[in-house]
Amino acid sequence: MRSSLAALALIGVAVAPAPTFANPFETRLANGLRVIVKEDRRAPTAVHMVWYRAGSMDEKDGTSGVAHVLEHLMFKGTKTLKSGEFNKRVAEAGGRDNAFTSRDYTAYFQIVPKGALPEMMKLEADRMANLTLDAKEFAAEIKVVMEERRLRTDDNPQALVHETLASTSFQAHPYRRPVIGWMDDLENMTWRDARDWYRAWYAPNNAYVVVVGDVDHREVFRLAQTYYGKHKAKALPERKPQNEPRQTGIRRVTVKAPAKLPYLAMSWKVPRLRDLRKDRDPYALDVLASVLDGHDASRFSKNLVRGSRIAQSAGAGYDGTLRGEATFTLDGQPAEGKSVAELEAALRAELRRVQDEGVSAEELARVKTQLIAAQTYKRDSLMAQAMEIGGVEASGHHWRDIDALLDKLKTVTAEEVQAVAKKYFNDDTLNVAVLDPQPIEQARPRAPTGAVRH
Amino acid sequence: MRTLILLVLSLFVAGFARAGVKIEHWVAPSGAKVYFIEARVLPILDVQIDFAAGGAFVGPGKAGVAGLTRSLLEAGAGNLDEEQIAGRLVDIGARLGGGADSDRASISLRTLASKAERDAALDLMRTVLSAPTFPQAVLEREKTRSIASIREAETRPDAIAGKRFVEAIYPGHPYGVTPSVDSVGSITRDELVDFHRRHYGARGAVVSIIGDVSRSEAEAIAQHLTEALPPGGGALVPPPVKKPAAATIKVPHPAAQSHVHVGLPAISRSDPDYFPLIVGNYTLGGGGFVSRLMKEVREKRGYAYSVYSYFAPRKLEGPFEIGLQTKREQVDDALKVVREVLTGYMASGPTPKELAAAKKNMVDGLALRIDSNGKLLGYLSAIGFYGLPLTYIDDFPAKVNAVTAGQVKAAFARHVTPENLVTLVVAAD
Repeated sequence: MRSSLAALALIGVAVAPAPTFANPFETRLANGLRVIVKEDRRAPTAVHMVWYRAGSMDEKDGTSGVAHVLEHLMFKGTKTLKSGEFNKRVAEAGGRDNAFTSRDYTAYFQIVPKGALPEMMKLEADRMANLTLDAKEFAAEIKVVMEERRLRTDDNPQALVHETLASTSFQAHPYRRPVIGWMDDLENMTWRDARDWYRAWYAPNNAYVVVVGDVDHREVFRLAQTYYGKHKAKALPERKPQNEPRQTGIRRVTVKAPAKLPYLAMSWKVPRLRDLRKDRDPYALDVLASVLDGHDASRFSKNLVRGSRIAQSAGAGYDGTLRGEATFTLDGQPAEGKSVAELEAALRAELRRVQDEGVSAEELARVKTQLIAAQTYKRDSLMAQAMEIGGVEASGHHWRDIDALLDKLKTVTAEEVQAVAKKYFNDDTLNVAVLDPQPIEQARPRAPTGAVRH
Repeated sequence: MRTLILLVLSLFVAGFARAGVKIEHWVAPSGAKVYFIEARVLPILDVQIDFAAGGAFVGPGKAGVAGLTRSLLEAGAGNLDEEQIAGRLVDIGARLGGGADSDRASISLRTLASKAERDAALDLMRTVLSAPTFPQAVLEREKTRSIASIREAETRPDAIAGKRFVEAIYPGHPYGVTPSVDSVGSITRDELVDFHRRHYGARGAVVSIIGDVSRSEAEAIAQHLTEALPPGGGALVPPPVKKPAAATIKVPHPAAQSHVHVGLPAISRSDPDYFPLIVGNYTLGGGGFVSRLMKEVREKRGYAYSVYSYFAPRKLEGPFEIGLQTKREQVDDALKVVREVLTGYMASGPTPKELAAAKKNMVDGLALRIDSNGKLLGYLSAIGFYGLPLTYIDDFPAKVNAVTAGQVKAAFARHVTPENLVTLVVAAD
């Protein structure tokens, strides 16, 4: 059955009054589901996303990967929809759909011609509560997930390094587990594990809807009430903090895998953004990452790849808007003829330069210019706008804070960047993972199960 | 992420249509062909210039010249060195992109449309295009980095599979040649200078412009960008493609998964079977989660995370390919299913229901393939570079809807010929 916007408008569902002039617009249904709508009338299309505040960090040992497995199973049948029918309906509407799971959340989306939005909301609302899970569907899909793990991780040396780095950096905190799950956990997972996950976390009060596109927010609110409004709120499982104990010494690990170039990843424990208005260090760390590796003229490209030619590639990364614990990561491949030790020394020397000499006014200005340009360019993509709203919400902040967050970044001073460089890059909280490349001729074929243990 | 396939789908289902997208076209005084859409909503400007300067135009033993010529445009130009070029771009918030594939080399610019930023960005684009200096020291460094990447790629099953597959389906043709340690090692500065002079000419340039500028501003921009280019350029065609003999090639590798490619050279961008094949491919393996390959290989049997098929038409016969990765112990079973699906589809074509679903997705889905300046820029450049009609967008729904099951079947029979079908498996036991 298809519904048209006009038909639904006649139903006259009661919805909380819309905020007056701001775009995006937000409402909250009685069952706790929040609906955020950004009107963008440039083209007759719309993005519809549902985000669940349940990611791999909410999993338990022994069932790692279940958040992602459930994501796959969400495309199977519901009480009223046959397996595979979801994708078929989206395709027939001219749309595209997919989903993704992270440490912090699981999100589903459809990009469609605007006339198909009501049907998408109906379908998405249906699988929020009515998924039918059984052993048979699970048995085929878990194999797909294992193939995905082989593709993304087991046969990808750099991904193995990052998996190992995370499991070394965190011992108590759930970020130690890979989102895709350990292969052994996938092999021992049952359909009941997926069902339990679904029952525990898939509830309107643990989700929010983001719609961006050629839509009227009042109509979207009415549709949300019609389709999502009928679900009941649930009591959610308790979330324990699982804070990581203080690390008191450097940790080094090695991963052996078929490759030619070595690879190095270094990760320090640093604060995440908690109080958007009072915190300063997370913004300064963000700017530091940009100065080192934010653009083509940044220090790593200029000094390490082009200048001293010590690196084949070099990067710096910090994400402070997340639910769990943040890290600041430096990584890279040494240039041919250079060693991992030389690259590590060069990366450390770049940090030391910031510690000793700070950053220039020109470098700060460039970071700000990039921020401003990116804000304008982002408006060319509905999906980028929806992802920005959804991502900020997932980290526990509010979409209304997006502009404030960007403004805060622009206020970071050179002194603050230098101060965080001095404060957080202590060896005692450092984790280092190195890829030790193995010749492919000598690497032994894997065991028949395909299980990989490093 | 549930699948990687959608990337392939969006690249190769060349759907770009919205009634009323107004494409203006003219030839600049420089001789460059210009394609323009005025889009005033956002204060941004996108420009792309394409040349017949891809890998297919490089001499024997010199694979890598096209890519290095393109990437070294930004390594020094006029009186600017690479640091000054990178710094200026960053200072105005502009981005240069592009690269070289088999047919074309592209350079694209995204900038804020405000006059100061726009003018500075366009001046820089003009300089790197027209007056690259190809500094010897930078060339040596980039050759070293390129060789290191090639050696690294030679250890990766996906990269090995991609390289060996094109070698196998394009024997003796430049479409089948990828840069090697030897070919890159032998490249000299003079060769880059010469390649630029011969292939980056104004008369062969296709300029695509979309954004917050008027027609007269766009005319001035196109001329400004191309007037200082070398005078040459123009209609260049790679040597003719010969189809390979059917073969199965196995390459050893210790990976957990086998990487499988099945395919052959299929059609050029101007082939009259273009629409029957892209409509038909939707049902076979192009239509994301709803294709036959997806259903049989992934949904029913759990053999693969990613399985797809596509046609990638080029100036000459570009590849048709079916690809997947699967646990190495079951690769023969997966291949058997692939062959059954392909054979069955070749024999009977799409069912009426499948054909209708394919058309519905492609026609109704056009709106989302052209809903941004960035997406439209890609389509402008394809129309310009491959000489497609200016009405391509408006014609698209009618062309798709006109395809019959009989045409799909006949077109597949003409182009996906079993006697030329190559199967390549990396990490086979």
